[in-house]
Amino acid sequence: MTTTKSKTVYTPVFTDGAEYRIPTFKLLKQDGSLYKGGKAPDIDKEKALRIYHAMVTTRVLDERMLGAQRQGRLSFYMQCTGEEAAIIGSTAALDDADMIMAQYREQGALAYRGFTIDEFMNQLFGNEKDYGKGRQMPVHYGSSKLNYMTISSPLATQIPQATGYAYGQKMAGDGHCTIVYFGEGAASEGDFHAGLNMAAVHRVPAIFFCRNNGYAISTPADEQFAADGIAPRGFGYKMDTIRVDGNDILAVYQATEAARKLAVEENRPVLIEAMSYRLAAHSSSDDPSGYRSKDEEAVWREKDPILRMQNWLTKKKWWSEGEEKELQERLRREVLETMKRAQKLPPPPLETLVTDVYDEVPPLLSAQFEKLKAHIRKYPDEYPKSAIHVQGGA
Amino acid sequence: MAKMNMLQAINDALDLAMAANDKVLCFGEDVGVFGGVFRATSNLQQKYGKDRCFNTPLVEQGIIGFANGLAAQGSFPVAEIQFADYIFPAFDQIVNESAKFRYRSGNLFNVGNLTIRTPYGGGIAGGLYHSQSPEAYFAHTPGLKIVVPRNPHQAKGLLLASINDPNPTLFFEPKRLYRASVGEVPEGEYQLPLGEAEVLKEGTDVTVLGWGAQMEVIDKAVEMAEKEGFSCEVIDLRTILPWDVETVAESVLKTGRLVITHEAPLTGGFAGEIAATIQERCFLYLESPIARVTGMDTPFPLVLEKEHFPNHLKVYEAIRESVEF
Repeated sequence: MTTTKSKTVYTPVFTDGAEYRIPTFKLLKQDGSLYKGGKAPDIDKEKALRIYHAMVTTRVLDERMLGAQRQGRLSFYMQCTGEEAAIIGSTAALDDADMIMAQYREQGALAYRGFTIDEFMNQLFGNEKDYGKGRQMPVHYGSSKLNYMTISSPLATQIPQATGYAYGQKMAGDGHCTIVYFGEGAASEGDFHAGLNMAAVHRVPAIFFCRNNGYAISTPADEQFAADGIAPRGFGYKMDTIRVDGNDILAVYQATEAARKLAVEENRPVLIEAMSYRLAAHSSSDDPSGYRSKDEEAVWREKDPILRMQNWLTKKKWWSEGEEKELQERLRREVLETMKRAQKLPPPPLETLVTDVYDEVPPLLSAQFEKLKAHIRKYPDEYPKSAIHVQGGA
Repeated sequence: MAKMNMLQAINDALDLAMAANDKVLCFGEDVGVFGGVFRATSNLQQKYGKDRCFNTPLVEQGIIGFANGLAAQGSFPVAEIQFADYIFPAFDQIVNESAKFRYRSGNLFNVGNLTIRTPYGGGIAGGLYHSQSPEAYFAHTPGLKIVVPRNPHQAKGLLLASINDPNPTLFFEPKRLYRASVGEVPEGEYQLPLGEAEVLKEGTDVTVLGWGAQMEVIDKAVEMAEKEGFSCEVIDLRTILPWDVETVAESVLKTGRLVITHEAPLTGGFAGEIAATIQERCFLYLESPIARVTGMDTPFPLVLEKEHFPNHLKVYEAIRESVEF
């Protein structure tokens, strides 16, 4: 049974959909004033400052930790710089109990939900207090209490998972939804198509949030897809779709708030494409000077989403230069002090090598672990002291 | 007790699991009103509604991605992959996601509620793409459990155990036996242990080990061998991962000989893994080399299926050669 309700034509007519251009939703100009006809979403001072605080926290953390990586204190790091409004604006429009399934560059969402600097640092240094038990590379955060699914390196795998998670939320009838973040590069993966198509077919309360930041490592968007961005794909799935200025905190917030309503109240999944720019390198292992110009970056620096929000807050008289200075200094101090603390904590105990593979350690793996311990006892100087310590001073 | 074929036993297990727990959901390609191409999910949609038993789009990576998300959320997904030959688009979701979910999150999250059901194996004139036995690919992935039943009674008890086990479980169903294998199946819910092999017959000369549909082949071969006076100990491994080394090693320490058989190709097959571990555990007790009777190192053929197949004659020959070595 076909579901196509199309007119019949009698000459071959091709279409590439170009007649319909998807508009970009904007509210806030760089100087902090609103575009004509735009109406700011209903955000009170307390919420506005919570958002802003999370944005600045993310920026300060990113700057300092990239520095720490450059000093050799950290193996790896990924910055969110330039995309803070897209991530934090969308998370802020949700209920804190909604699930977040992120790609890897969304530390801002965690900062907004209340992940502490200590919690960030413990993961980055993989110490004994890291929830992930030192098993994953830096920035693979997770928090069950903040409803933030632990990051997985393979790209786009989280997209069909979000569809399933949201289906479970719909079945539970708890009025919650799932937001899933991914880049425009990851949208080329098969899992993107699988996840969005299934979401539309099974009508799940999910928000698919694409951070179109222009680059997948070095590959520019125009070598990633021929179409006008990611948004047109939403039509193919019959999914409510919107494109928004990703550097515009108010537009991102309002779009996500409306998307959440569709998702939760009508089980209509939504695709949001946030247009932004990855101001920093892909990761600490990347050097953008090999594939893009300083001039191009400078254009986007002028569109800094944090400055834009700061200008709006200043216009509303909710924020002052003095408060800005105080916040920046306090955060820098806190990040430094916390980093020193986290770095000194011991690594997770040796048995975390074999726990959590299954709910219980199976016999064959237990035997491998016993063999390893005996080996470490034989070569105590060749392994970290923490490993020896676990052996009861053997 | 009731007489059932393997499909009826599987359907009964799914029915009981769905009745016992609202969070059990069955889905996959054609599993809805049609009840699956083999009819394993017959009447479940009619009984439990379209929300709990449904068709998915034709996208295996999506089915398992979706199932991973559901399991992480706290539901109990029982996802069907129509043929094990078509599980590979979902390889990433199974190997990189299902298997590592608990470990990578430090146990903050897990997909232990996940069960993947999929028909495997040859003998139905299915050719390259309706015949494969891909268990060894997954056996290389810590974090998964892999279960293969040999008859209706085992299928029901092991499937219920797989659904309830707090680890993601791949349940390979020997489709050749779906209707061919008929036996007494207890009514109501019961579970059989995962990770435990079962000694089906005791013997003293040689241990013959297999799983799933090969157990029928072994039975025939052993019948021939016993007529020749060879005393065979028969073991059904039942769980491929994590596998029961103790039961197999204990048997081989007694018999001194081991014949392993599976349908999958020889090279990289799970028999190789068993052989390596058992020679390590039983080296000084072995009377003959550990023998492997398997599919050949070819894609699964069609017209020449019978020649390719590790049948009872080939298993019998291996038993004889092992004892007479």
